[in-house]
Amino acid sequence: MIHYILRRTLIAIPTLLVISFIIFAILDLAPNDPTGNLPMTVPPEVRAKIRSSLGLDEPMHIRFGLWLVQFCVNEPLNILYEGFGISIGDAENRTRIISWSTRSPVVDLIIQRTPQTLWVVGLSYLFGILIAIPIGIVSAYRQYSWFDQVGTFISMVGFSVPTFFTGMVAIIIFSVQLRWFPMIYDTTLEVDSWQNFVSQVKQMIMPVAVLALYNASQLSRFMRASILDNLNLDYVRTARSKGLSERVVLLIHVLRNSLIPVVTLIALGIPTIFSGAIITEQIFRVNGLGQLLIIAIESADIPLVQTLTFIFAIMIVVFNLIADVVYGILDPRIRYE
Amino acid sequence: MWSTVFLILEFAMNENTQSTEIAGDEHFPTEELETLTQHRSLWGDVWRQFRKHKGAMMGVIVFIFITLMVSLGPLLHDIEPSAINFRERNFGPTLAHPLGTDNIGHDTLAQMLAGGQVSLAVGFSAMLIALLLGTLIGVLAGFFKSLDGPLMRLTDLFLALPILPLLLVIILLFRDTLRTLYGPEAGIFMLIVFVIGITSWMHTARIVRSDVLGIKEREFVIAAHSIGTRKRRIIFRHILPNILSPIMVSATLGIANAIITESALSFLGLGFPPDFPTWGRLLYDGANFIQITPARVIWPGLFIALTVLSVNYIGDGLRDALDPRLRG
Repeated sequence: MIHYILRRTLIAIPTLLVISFIIFAILDLAPNDPTGNLPMTVPPEVRAKIRSSLGLDEPMHIRFGLWLVQFCVNEPLNILYEGFGISIGDAENRTRIISWSTRSPVVDLIIQRTPQTLWVVGLSYLFGILIAIPIGIVSAYRQYSWFDQVGTFISMVGFSVPTFFTGMVAIIIFSVQLRWFPMIYDTTLEVDSWQNFVSQVKQMIMPVAVLALYNASQLSRFMRASILDNLNLDYVRTARSKGLSERVVLLIHVLRNSLIPVVTLIALGIPTIFSGAIITEQIFRVNGLGQLLIIAIESADIPLVQTLTFIFAIMIVVFNLIADVVYGILDPRIRYE
Repeated sequence: MWSTVFLILEFAMNENTQSTEIAGDEHFPTEELETLTQHRSLWGDVWRQFRKHKGAMMGVIVFIFITLMVSLGPLLHDIEPSAINFRERNFGPTLAHPLGTDNIGHDTLAQMLAGGQVSLAVGFSAMLIALLLGTLIGVLAGFFKSLDGPLMRLTDLFLALPILPLLLVIILLFRDTLRTLYGPEAGIFMLIVFVIGITSWMHTARIVRSDVLGIKEREFVIAAHSIGTRKRRIIFRHILPNILSPIMVSATLGIANAIITESALSFLGLGFPPDFPTWGRLLYDGANFIQITPARVIWPGLFIALTVLSVNYIGDGLRDALDPRLRG
């Protein structure tokens, strides 16, 4: 097992290198000028100086190498230095990835935005899982009952209807018509009193509910299929013939085995919900990572876009690895040679 | 998979003819004889099974209705989608404008019909690109052992790419170049169809590959090899017809995926321009006027949802109908 994990990690590194190069190359191939937004009165010599100060004169492979060093060495060391006070090497004069439009280090921007995304996305995923598993169990156990029919239909709808439409409908109903919840997520709100806590909960309900519905509809379909696969297996018959109650058979024997593929799917889904959150954050104006990416793209802030996209890629690769390892641990029948 | 179906069918037919021989005189009434001797084709069977799936039939009806509506609708409702009429701004539904108007007097219904044409066109074209690429890569990887490793690594690599952020970046960066090259409408259409197509072929490729791997070892393919059939002919004659069912299912999922991706891009403001709207773009433009004219959000969203839902149901029905284990 450890051998397998090691090998997979070693494969993941070149994959990530290639991906980071693809991202870098796409951004580099594109016609783009960081001085394009400056006033027309700025003379060409000054523009050339600005460009060379941003390091754009260097050939592509050198810039890629420098960026990699900054991302993989300088930034983690800096986090160590600022977060824990551990300094390795020359901590003060280390070059960092600087955003073109805000002139502040990219990683600082990302750290500022992460909590909002984690709260909204994390809670919605958690609720999605909590809704999906019981629905999946009941609709598989009572297959073709009215509950199953309705549940299957709703999950089909939830799965097909894009979040930007459900979100908009939720805004029309609950913000415009009923005026229950605010339309715009207020990130400056600090939870220091009961009243603020209530308004924080209020503004989180809609984004979390919309994303949770979407996640739940995908997961519950999968959960149902997984339980149905297990219900007809021999060990279930054995358990029943031993005289165990249906409750024990279903919730202990079947559920534990059916959860194995579902857990893998949950791990695999985490990176996709982060990119899905790009849309949800845009609907409800949550200023999280997704919105940061959109702003960066619109202002052609190449270093920021590159770093964020690469972080998304790292998440996909890492969670793929986690899913594989978890599957192997949970299901000993899977043998890794 | 299907070769077994053929075998079973052939066997079933032989049985039928036998039973008709026995039955000739007294046991079977004549009508039943006719139905038994009638030719049953594979596609007939698939269709018969497909019709039993209520959701799928509803999906077909809704999808045909939407397609007809956006293609024939502009003939009946002949207001120009880009016509601006400042006197009739933010109207609710009226006789002249059944779905109302927007903040500069565009007719919402006309825009919906025009936008639907583009959305569906994007869905179909992007699906075709993804399907062609996916089938090509899947067949090559499954059939030629030497290509399997590299092509599957490539697929894994594409699966690890953060698709939505990359799509946004590519569109933003290459939008203007393509616009000047091919004109504002064709340029953006080609760009979006192309980028959606080349980022959504991976699942098709994986399914096709695993099916090809199974079929490649079957007796009929080995027989074809042994009589000296060329590889290209084996692929087109023996392999492709047998993997048609996963390809068809991926096609339906591909349309749904492409329509959703396009409208998500437009919704983020990085898809089609406002003067060349799609449903996603209409939704995006309507979002700012959600308090004045909520209909501008509801209609495009509803049609995206209905189209995707119907296509997904068709895919579900197809999967069941094409699965010989489920077919009655």
